[in-house]
Amino acid sequence: MSAQVRIPTPLRRFTGGAEAVSADGATVGALVDSIESNHPGIKERLCDEAGEVRRFVNIFVNGEDIRFINNLDTPVNEGDEVSIVPAIAGGSFCPRLATLGTP
Amino acid sequence: MLDTFTLFPTEGPPPVGPLRVPSVLHLIGNTPLLEITQLSTDIPPGVRVYAKLEGFNPGGSVKDRPALCMLQKGIENGALTPDKIILDSTSGNTGIALALIGAVLGYPVELCIPANVSIERKKIISAYGAKMIFSSPMDGSDGALELCRERLQEQPERYFKPDQYFNPHNSLAHYQTTGPELWWQTKEQITHFVAGMGTGGTLMGTGRYLKEKNSDIQIVGVEPDDAFHGLEGLKHMDSSIVPGIYHEEQLDRKISVSTEDAYETVYRLGREEGVLVGQSSGAAMWAALQVAREIDRGTVVTLFPDFGDKYLSTNLWIGWKEYNQRQANARVEGTA
Repeated sequence: MSAQVRIPTPLRRFTGGAEAVSADGATVGALVDSIESNHPGIKERLCDEAGEVRRFVNIFVNGEDIRFINNLDTPVNEGDEVSIVPAIAGGSFCPRLATLGTP
Repeated sequence: MLDTFTLFPTEGPPPVGPLRVPSVLHLIGNTPLLEITQLSTDIPPGVRVYAKLEGFNPGGSVKDRPALCMLQKGIENGALTPDKIILDSTSGNTGIALALIGAVLGYPVELCIPANVSIERKKIISAYGAKMIFSSPMDGSDGALELCRERLQEQPERYFKPDQYFNPHNSLAHYQTTGPELWWQTKEQITHFVAGMGTGGTLMGTGRYLKEKNSDIQIVGVEPDDAFHGLEGLKHMDSSIVPGIYHEEQLDRKISVSTEDAYETVYRLGREEGVLVGQSSGAAMWAALQVAREIDRGTVVTLFPDFGDKYLSTNLWIGWKEYNQRQANARVEGTA
């Protein structure tokens, strides 16, 4: 399975400036490992010590937030578009995130 | 133990305080200084820690101060005339401040904003009648900065751009207000000022005032530990477009904070101090406590740029349940 993964500006120092890279894998987790093998250092930014996606990182598969699907086990199909988006600007694309983890 | 009986005295004249004011702009500044007591139990007894609560400004953040100063100076020097539109790039709080002040003074306001700012911010800005132009969420606040530059180049005569990253009146606002307030509120005892770096305005202006009063006062900047972070409002200077008003040589020290540590400090501030703030305040508090642990005597002051209500829908709260569970487990272990 091969997918295009969009890389946000602060992580492009790992991809030689590329805005998107292609990666192989049947799940988002496998894609992340695939990117890591070509661009070492990137996984540590995306995932914490326990291997979970860091809180401020949003990953979308065809516009759907993987936190609402199956996190890193979310399946990826040929030609899917995957985006990594930092929550740095204080929010998320996805209004449904409003229901997650609020006190 | 806090003496809650003195909070609302029933005898004597009412306490001095606000006030009757001719406009909402008169409520900008003069924010309270809160002593941090619960989070600072592990610091030496000779050290006190305070936080300036900028959420008490009418626009809800510290940015009311520079926004007002930049617009006032613009009017004064003739750059902002009644036919102009106020235009700037912002990831949120400056936009809210400009929108609010523009509404009061009668100027239209247009703001370039990363598309992924929280929904609360977008709604607040629209409530003040300002227009928003969205930049790509992939490019963070630098993307909004570029978009704003392009728009200005197309029709420079149409706009007044306060340009918070390059306008010296941004830090002047803090030199004239935040600095003197802290000097007075700490009874001239402040030894360390610890604050986050976004434009650098707070640190540069407040720092310059405090150094003039006492050159021994340490000015400490707080920044994210990596270019890729989740601390809205803060800049990782080495990987960002460096603001023109930021002069690193005026700092005594910089402290890097991880997003995770900042978020957990926000949770603690809510649960233990009863103060709900945003992530940049969490980062500032975390760094201030670091400083406080390293000294024997002193008065460490930090600044909380805003309160937390604008961030309830954001990733800040993703780890909350897990944090709460961890705290509950620790309590059980503690009592077992």
